Amino acid sequence: MNTAQFRVVHAGPFVTFQDGGRPGNMRFGVSASGPMDRQSFTTANLAVGNQKTATAIEVSMGGLILECVSGAAVCAVIGGKFEIELDGAKHSSGAMLTVNAGQRLSIRPGESGSWCYLALAGNIDTPTWLGKSATHALSGFGGGMLKAGQKFTLFNAKVFTPRSPAIVPYKTQPFGGYVRVVLGPQDQHFTTDAKRLFLSAEFALTDAYDRMGVRLQGPALTINGSLSMPSEPVLKGSVQVAGDGVPTVLLADHQTTGGYPKIATVLACDLDEFVQLRPRQKFRFHAVQPEDAVVLARLAAIENRSYFDAVRHGE
Amino acid sequence: MNEPQFKPVADRALLVEFGTVVDDDINRAVIALDHALARSCPVGLLEVIPAMVNLLIIFDPVLTDHRSIQEQVEKLFPLDLSGQENAKHHSVNVCYEEQFGPDLKTVATACDLSVDAVINAHSGPNYRVSMYGFAPGFAYLSGVPCAIQVPRKEAAIRDIAAGSVLIAGPQCLTTTMLMPTGWSIIGRSDVRVMTDDPEHPFLFDIGDTVSFKRISADELKWVAP
Repeated sequence: MNTAQFRVVHAGPFVTFQDGGRPGNMRFGVSASGPMDRQSFTTANLAVGNQKTATAIEVSMGGLILECVSGAAVCAVIGGKFEIELDGAKHSSGAMLTVNAGQRLSIRPGESGSWCYLALAGNIDTPTWLGKSATHALSGFGGGMLKAGQKFTLFNAKVFTPRSPAIVPYKTQPFGGYVRVVLGPQDQHFTTDAKRLFLSAEFALTDAYDRMGVRLQGPALTINGSLSMPSEPVLKGSVQVAGDGVPTVLLADHQTTGGYPKIATVLACDLDEFVQLRPRQKFRFHAVQPEDAVVLARLAAIENRSYFDAVRHGE
Repeated sequence: MNEPQFKPVADRALLVEFGTVVDDDINRAVIALDHALARSCPVGLLEVIPAMVNLLIIFDPVLTDHRSIQEQVEKLFPLDLSGQENAKHHSVNVCYEEQFGPDLKTVATACDLSVDAVINAHSGPNYRVSMYGFAPGFAYLSGVPCAIQVPRKEAAIRDIAAGSVLIAGPQCLTTTMLMPTGWSIIGRSDVRVMTDDPEHPFLFDIGDTVSFKRISADELKWVAP
């Protein structure tokens, strides 16, 4: 079996190992974790012939530089428009590259996007928690954050000629400016004005953005009367509003319960695009009915399936 | 028991709500529905997350939708509230000595009781595992006696060691990892809620009962730094 070894030369904050996540444990206080942008993560894995939930590296705006110490492997780098360099040669997001012993691969934020995925053909060896390598930010359990000086091993490392030098991204259109939500489950706690503002005003992401969630900037959303609600389960995509009226969108490593009202919840099919926005980027919320949201989820599943079939590397 | 309210959540979940205030009967209904769902296993159901007054059902929108899940839930009524047949009981050791229970005196003063009376009150009843939340393995135990119920502190204290036994209002919990807390720290336990057993990674199931047994510091099987 071919083995490759890599050394982390530089890793910014929140650069982590992630697999498909550990759903099913929210009842025990454990969020699913896994990639922020599932679409790009899955694409990267399939393009190098891995299982779609195999362990890959999620690169944040902090960037990553790896050196291949021994062996070689094909890799795919997909997600936001990051700048990729292999031994000084520049590549764009979507690149399929072969990294050989002695070479350096650098992934840094480029013109847009907040997260980028590096999938290596083979099995990255990392610690696991509850059987998964996804890093759980709050506890640090799972594969963990990458740190300068750290080495890791890629078992079953594969080298092959990719079908094309790069993967055509799933979405070729720029972000349309809208993020779709279903109102609730606690929209009744908000004044009529607050609900109208929520759907008409412009919001922007702030720098208070990590794997647990992102605080937004925009008009304050007034909560009706005094608020005391029991802690209840939340989802990735819940738009939770604290007492100061500021909304936060909960993301991959969110706490599993919260005592703040949720004015709305973002559709799963819009989350990947949303998390790629950067602080200060603006957008509006657009409400759809729950039954329409289900139809949109089904359409997205069909589109995903044909896209994934097209990018998958077969033997 | 009142009929629950159903609230659609995005494209992939349904919130089933039995009430809006924390109440033992409401939480028992939540747990009874959780157990009934585990037995009936509706098509497309991915995950059920019980909490104090409601539970969230996450489903696969390719296989089902809000209305179908609601119909499946409605078929499970009336719930059997007596039958907590799967519930187990756990006896948990707690050392209440001063080095581990820095807030015991404050709680005693606030409740106009002696420290020993607070300890006796805390280690008297059977608690019910109502929900998990905040952090992995943080099990909320309902049933703190009225005599020792105290509100949360104004501000959270950082870096509270794993194994700490905390109370706030009617809730008690034993922590599993270093975390901030605004709850009162009254003792240290050696229970491992996170078991490291892949078959059963969390010791308590929701609906189980827990009681506390007073031990000395020497008897603690492990102490987190």
